[in-house]
Amino acid sequence: MTSPSATAPTPKGTGTLVDTGAARHSRMLGVGAYRPARVVMNSEIVDKIDSSDEWIRERSGIISRHYAADDESVIDMAEAASRQALEHAGVTPEQIGFVLVATVTHPYQTPAAAPELASRLGSTAPALDISAACAGYCYGVAMASDMVKGGSADYVLVVGVEKLSDFTDPYDRGSAFIFGDGAGACVIGPSDTPGIGPTVWGSDGTQRDAITQKQAWTDVRESWQSAQADKNVWPAIGMAGQTVFRWAVWGMAPVAQQAIDKAGIKADDLDAFIPHQANIRIIDAMVKQLKLPADIPVARDIVTTANTSAASIPIATTRMLAEKEIPSGGLALQIGFGAGLVYAAQVVVLP
Amino acid sequence: MAQSEQEILEGLAEIVNEETGLDTASVEMDKSFTEDLDIDSLSMMTIVVNAEEKFGVRIPDSEVKNLKTVRDAVTFIAGAQS
Repeated sequence: MTSPSATAPTPKGTGTLVDTGAARHSRMLGVGAYRPARVVMNSEIVDKIDSSDEWIRERSGIISRHYAADDESVIDMAEAASRQALEHAGVTPEQIGFVLVATVTHPYQTPAAAPELASRLGSTAPALDISAACAGYCYGVAMASDMVKGGSADYVLVVGVEKLSDFTDPYDRGSAFIFGDGAGACVIGPSDTPGIGPTVWGSDGTQRDAITQKQAWTDVRESWQSAQADKNVWPAIGMAGQTVFRWAVWGMAPVAQQAIDKAGIKADDLDAFIPHQANIRIIDAMVKQLKLPADIPVARDIVTTANTSAASIPIATTRMLAEKEIPSGGLALQIGFGAGLVYAAQVVVLP
Repeated sequence: MAQSEQEILEGLAEIVNEETGLDTASVEMDKSFTEDLDIDSLSMMTIVVNAEEKFGVRIPDSEVKNLKTVRDAVTFIAGAQS
């Protein structure tokens, strides 16, 4: 530490930074999805929560979900979805300028999943994970879009992937039936015309308890240090259903509306509404609140994929495009919301 | 503006009818939302939010579990209005 009386040094002033800022538009170039092979029906879930198939369907709309195999990792699923998205986009691994992986179920706190995923794809691009729960994919899309616009990267791979079956408490009546596993991805790159509208996003940390893993990892360690096995804990994810429902419907519908307004379009202009697949009741109530025109296709993949958190929007987008339910080049409103609580919404041009 | 319990009951019955399709006449003071009216937790939350708007009151999430009967809700709303 120099003494306070020393004069501050003068800059040399001989070098000028080159600005690689591209100031260009961005858009989605391709999408991909991966659902694990094993289909788990409600009948497999109900015994441990003293429930029924009908009860689960009424409260969530869920009929079945996919669970990854024991030896199938978040990175395995992400790789499958990413390869499909890269192929759809016509982008090679060497062209990838950044890899963003949105996940909350990669079981390593460090290293992140993204560098290993990049490596498997044959890329050495900068890579990091995003911890924004069910909003993670929309956060990734916003960040990737800005990277492309700003010139930090030409092509960004955005992945949403979860193996929630590893963090589900099968005895928790409030959440045992809700979650599923899967991966979705998109590639974002430069565009001559605007392809990703302004993102409306934010957080409310005062509601951190509304959706949370039940214990901190340090609590898990303490339970393992105790000799009694029945005291062992595992930080499965739990949630306050009513609180989340209120926030998701009446808090998020205005956010979705703002994303429409900021994009400079009207609800009538939309070709698709692809909300995070949290619960069919949330989706239906949000559609009602938004007063969306009845002819706009709405993603309801929750029925057979359950809630795959960060993966739900790209999985739905990929399916709806593949099944020609929504048009390539059309406008889709997507909104993610979840643990944090955090949210992000934007209107995108479909690849 | 404070309303009578009868006015609140009638307003609440309309909200319940809109959410569930139940006849307004079936929404009686001593009916339990879950046991008698078969209203699940998410429908209950929809009713709560609509009641907040209709009656100009705030019903916190933590209070919702205490609203077991129609009377509980009417009493809470009347108290919150006064």
